[in-house]
Amino acid sequence: MRKYITKRLIMLVPVLLGVSIIVFAVMRAFTADPAASILGQHATSAQIAELRNKLGLNDPIYVQYWNYFKGMIRGDLGTSLFTQTKVTDELLGRFPATAELAISAIIFASIFGVLVGVISAVKKNTALDYAGMFGALIGVSIPIFWLGIMLIILFGVILGWLPVSGRLDILMTPPKITGFLLIDTLITGNIDMFFDALAHLVLPTVALGMYSTAIIARMTRSSVLETLQQDYIRTAWAKGLAEKAVVIRHALRNALIPVATVIGLQLGSLLGGAVLTETVFAWPGIGKYTVDAITKSDYPVVQGAVLLVAFIFVTVNLVVDVLYAFLDPRIKYS
Amino acid sequence: MLLEVKGLTTVFHMKEGAVRAVQNASFQAGKGEVLAIVGESGSGKSVTSLSIMGLVGEQGTVESGRILYKGEDLLKASKKRMQQLRGNEISMIFQEPMTSLNPVHSIRKQLVEAITTHKNATKQEAEEHALEMLDFVGIPSPKARMGNYPHEMSGGMRQRVMIAMALSCDPQLLIADEPTTALDVTIQAQIMDLLHGLKERLGMGMILITHDLGIVAETADRVAVMYCGRIVEEAPVKELFEEPLHPYTRGLIASIPRLDVSVKRLPVIRGMVPDPTLVPKGCSFSDRCDYCEDKCKRDVPGLASVSPTRKVRCFQRAGILEEKDEKDEKGGAACQN
Repeated sequence: MRKYITKRLIMLVPVLLGVSIIVFAVMRAFTADPAASILGQHATSAQIAELRNKLGLNDPIYVQYWNYFKGMIRGDLGTSLFTQTKVTDELLGRFPATAELAISAIIFASIFGVLVGVISAVKKNTALDYAGMFGALIGVSIPIFWLGIMLIILFGVILGWLPVSGRLDILMTPPKITGFLLIDTLITGNIDMFFDALAHLVLPTVALGMYSTAIIARMTRSSVLETLQQDYIRTAWAKGLAEKAVVIRHALRNALIPVATVIGLQLGSLLGGAVLTETVFAWPGIGKYTVDAITKSDYPVVQGAVLLVAFIFVTVNLVVDVLYAFLDPRIKYS
Repeated sequence: MLLEVKGLTTVFHMKEGAVRAVQNASFQAGKGEVLAIVGESGSGKSVTSLSIMGLVGEQGTVESGRILYKGEDLLKASKKRMQQLRGNEISMIFQEPMTSLNPVHSIRKQLVEAITTHKNATKQEAEEHALEMLDFVGIPSPKARMGNYPHEMSGGMRQRVMIAMALSCDPQLLIADEPTTALDVTIQAQIMDLLHGLKERLGMGMILITHDLGIVAETADRVAVMYCGRIVEEAPVKELFEEPLHPYTRGLIASIPRLDVSVKRLPVIRGMVPDPTLVPKGCSFSDRCDYCEDKCKRDVPGLASVSPTRKVRCFQRAGILEEKDEKDEKGGAACQN
């Protein structure tokens, strides 16, 4: 197992290298000139050329990449062309916010998705099943930003139950340990702040997790239905087990194996930054930061963010693959 | 009587219409007796066994009939009562040992579960009993095997585990649905020996579902032959093989290769088993039968007693018996010459 994990981690290197080359090339081929956008619309072409020279954008592309590469292997992803801040620091500073939201959303989605899926499968073709699958259809169809705005209007504005913006009350100063507010507030024993952070997390979690919930619910339903047809389920019935034991002990464990893949893929993409959710709820994560950088052609920021997302995606998938071995004893890695 | 099935009819509702997988089947199984139900694929023998267990699934329903276990009608029993009986008093082993055990649970867990579901035992007691059962069904070094997962065992071993599981609560009735079909010939013999030995030792009744007449001849006390959902002949095993009465049974037995008779080509039953939605109107065997007359195509023959122990479903049985007598006489005459 350890050998397998090491092998997979080594395979990360060519993946990240490939991703860095592609993003590097695509940014330069298809986006606007950053020098022009830094200087604004009244800049002369001489000024632009001078800035391009200063930024090294006139060097041959392989020289530019080589310079970037040298920084990259030292963990330095360059400085933003606009703010002159270190991209590595910016990304690491924002990542915990994104991770906290993504993890919270995937937990929400897994619990409710699996629950709805199992109930729909067991109560197949009943009103409960139809309600569950109709809900799932709505879930995959609703645009996230619209759902976010509706949640804000209902729970924030009309009912006034929950905060709708940011990670914490602006009058509170969060402790800085891990960057995960729920963890940091617990470590420092600041219970009031913990609940405030939790309240801030609720609506973005629901908005971001709704799509994944629906996908997981559908997947769980079809997987459980398929599993219930298996011979070993008939054996479980023939043993005289009650329906609950048959479904939970014998069907669910097997049915969850494909569901785990879906959960992993969903988490991977949620961690990649939930641009719309972060924008709607003013969530200070990497999603909004990246999109702003793309519109401004801030090369180093985009490159760094894409690399980070690729790294996370591959790592999450590795974790899911390792989890498989625990779910399914037939799988052994060597 | 341990088990009495009366007029069992099980219907499957398909897109193409209702299919009567089992039609008006009646038979009995006593304590310490092996009843074999024989037939080709699709003859309804597996559905019969699943009907007894109450496990025909969503698409099938038992339309009519009674299944009396020690006088109690299982078709009227509550869900809970059936759960009490299944695996406890009535156990079943299946055709596919490769897929009948849950791949994600250890052998220990699956065996212990079978015991604790019905018996008031602590986990440790159940584990000890599970160990005994594995030993009982002839699994070498059972202690080490307890921690195995199904995929770490061979088909024969898995079937032994299934048998251990089915017998762990001392059932009164064991239904074995093609227990050896998926196994190698040498393993088949081992498993059949095991089942036979267990039946003798435990004194339970057994319903053996199979298409293998060799196994029937070795194991069964009585045989019911099924064709297209109907029992066409029922007889003690010796009488059936010595003197099959139904044309279908005769065809089946004639098609077994024999060591003492040399033939160029084995006799076959002409035609094929009809599609379940296209069974002939009268006798379901009529379009394949050499004795078929107009009446056979029109009416369904009843299952009639021809002796205290034998029943056959055929209009032509009198003619078949006569023909047999003639042959015997001729054979006798030839010998004399």
